[in-house]
Amino acid sequence: MNAARYPERHRHRRPKAANRAFVRVLVVLTLSLGVNYLVWRWLESVNWSVWWIALPLVIAETYSLVDAFLFGITMWRMKERGEPPSPSPDATVDVFITTYNEPIDMVMTTARAARGIRFPHRTWVLDDGARPEMRAAAEEAGIGYLTRDPSWENMPRHAKAGNLNNALMQTDGEFLMILDADQIPEPEILDRTLGWFRDPEVALVQTPQFFTNVTASDPLGSQAPLFYGPIQKGKDGWNAAFFCGSNAVLRREALMQLGLAEYVRQVERSLRQVLRTSASLLSTARREAAGQGPQVRVALDEVSEAVRQARRELGAPRSSFSEVTYRFRQRVDEASRGVVHADVAALARDLEELGELGPAGSSGGEPGGDGQIAPAVLDEEALARLSTREMSPLNALSSVRALVDAVDVSRADEAQPIMPMATLSVTEDMATAMRLHGMGWRSVYHHEILATGLAPEDLGTMLHQRLRWAQGTLQVMLKENPLVQRGLAWGQRLMYFATMWSYLSGFFAVVYLVAPVVFLCFDIRPVVSYGPDFLLRLIPYLVFNQLLFLVIGYGKRTWRGTQYSLALFPLWIRATWTAFANVCFGRPLGFVVTPKTKQARARPPWRLVWPQLTAMALLALSAVTGTLRYLLGVADFDLLSLVVNLFWVLFDLVILSVVISAATYTGPESEEQKVAETL
Amino acid sequence: MNFATEQIDTRTAVIRPQGRLTMTSTAALRSLVTETVESGHTHVVVDLEATEFIDSSGLGALVSGLKTCRQAGGDLRIARPGAQVRTVLELTNLDRVLRPAATVRGALGG
Repeated sequence: MNAARYPERHRHRRPKAANRAFVRVLVVLTLSLGVNYLVWRWLESVNWSVWWIALPLVIAETYSLVDAFLFGITMWRMKERGEPPSPSPDATVDVFITTYNEPIDMVMTTARAARGIRFPHRTWVLDDGARPEMRAAAEEAGIGYLTRDPSWENMPRHAKAGNLNNALMQTDGEFLMILDADQIPEPEILDRTLGWFRDPEVALVQTPQFFTNVTASDPLGSQAPLFYGPIQKGKDGWNAAFFCGSNAVLRREALMQLGLAEYVRQVERSLRQVLRTSASLLSTARREAAGQGPQVRVALDEVSEAVRQARRELGAPRSSFSEVTYRFRQRVDEASRGVVHADVAALARDLEELGELGPAGSSGGEPGGDGQIAPAVLDEEALARLSTREMSPLNALSSVRALVDAVDVSRADEAQPIMPMATLSVTEDMATAMRLHGMGWRSVYHHEILATGLAPEDLGTMLHQRLRWAQGTLQVMLKENPLVQRGLAWGQRLMYFATMWSYLSGFFAVVYLVAPVVFLCFDIRPVVSYGPDFLLRLIPYLVFNQLLFLVIGYGKRTWRGTQYSLALFPLWIRATWTAFANVCFGRPLGFVVTPKTKQARARPPWRLVWPQLTAMALLALSAVTGTLRYLLGVADFDLLSLVVNLFWVLFDLVILSVVISAATYTGPESEEQKVAETL
Repeated sequence: MNFATEQIDTRTAVIRPQGRLTMTSTAALRSLVTETVESGHTHVVVDLEATEFIDSSGLGALVSGLKTCRQAGGDLRIARPGAQVRTVLELTNLDRVLRPAATVRGALGG
């Protein structure tokens, strides 16, 4: 194994108390200097005469300071866990490999490696594509194969979360390990992680994601050494280590509890909602029933009364949803029985008028005595059957049917009433972990690379993947804002919020790009002075901020991450906008499954990064313009301001330049080829 | 884990899980409920008197059973839970959906 590719693959070091104290000092200094700078910015240096740029700039700087605060809080409790306890020998484990359309070979490589995990377990391929050749390959290798059961037909599928929920109902291990189709596990992965579950409150153990198909310079920024390192360790310190969807072990009991609690919540929510909107459903029904006999109107009145009663009963403290809905359904059945009675009576009258009829016609129920067909022919049982849910004449009114279907506890709109993996977001992992934390479960970040996978090898695929993560995270933020979730401790709320906050950076990045341009080209200064007042406050803040970053990221390649957090600004904006439109107006996200195989292409996909390229051109142009204007004496600024803004432009350009190497990157093999050719 | 079943009348049946209703026995319970409903007994009472222990998977099986019964126009009720079962029901708030009755007869009524 190539040691250079596994920089963090070593045994845990002892916790370094001195290091942590040093980090804390740096955090305090950085944040104090930041507050000092920002207070001056807000109170004394906003150039309100050009508020349209001055205000956005000071807001962007405030955003960045909040970001630094959240980062500082994360680092405050960085947790070095050390050696894991040994696992309980009788633990039962299912290893799940989730796949949808990845190549069979890739899935089987992972599946065979999973089968080879040392700790006793069962291995399952969860094939959401239900491919016969996948089944054949798995069965041939003696590996379990699961696909959706028939109850999922015509139901929302919920992507990977649905795939896992389906598998949870068909297996019974005490623990489950989740692996993406490309994540090849080491044989010791369970031996190294299961021990953490000796703490009965631990629900989740997450290990890092590490990619083998990435060159040392990692132009696409696939490795996340800052996240799978200091940030996860920091979150772990606040008992908020994140679940990242793969390379993690979960406790089934915790997931099931989560599914049950969520089920009760959903039942209550949809009950209240349908009873609230029932008035309009019933008036639709009355319109539909116009022209029907009076009995139908009477029945609809009875249904209305049943709704009123159900609402009243639901209002009682700790009412039983099951009883409320059951009684509601009985009342509706009674109402429809009235209609059946009237229909049957009318039928009998017609028959009587027709005169004598033979006894042979009686169908079902007891024989009709002396051969006369009377309403009594239909005994109670037959009547009851004619008025049940399926047969009820009220069903002809689609709105009544919709109402009755909705007043239920069986979540008829879902394949399974119990959905342990959260389905509210396109990324199931974050929402699931947040709810587990909310129920009082604990999570563990185990810092040791125990599975290695494949990262996207081209810009297009990488952008899709990032967009999906950002959208998923922002969806959770908008639907279940961590700051107001009951059951979460404040530290946990901030840890979840920190990640979501960081995805909002796109808008502020634009401000950071525009501000120096308008200054150099049009003398528009958002800050009253770029002189010593400004520099004496800003420089110490920036220096300590960078120092903190250097200490935390020591020996790690964190620069790519820094670049991408700014350089992908169009993507972050799109993610924010689409997630907002999705949650608030129900618009589709326009989301695609992340392809694990490379997309073929001929030329660098420049159009994917045109906003960044445009920004770079404008920045370069403004640097030249500003310098020329200064030299020609037509600029309204001094040398110091020019230098400050040229530095600013330079920084922006260096950050943005990552998109050029990303667009021209063609994967690790061709990189190695290039090297070989030059030798 | 054993299940005793008793047919009360043409549409009602009682299922009695004996022992520990956990993730290893839930598949059996789910298919038993399905069979019972398919045989026309759409009203099912699960008598938990002899159930020593239940976990979330067991509760999950009760909820899928409830769905099966309701979809067939019937209902699933639970009766006589022990202290442990009651605690888990309250912990998950599931007692708001599956309200335990003190007796099997009580579960049948209403």
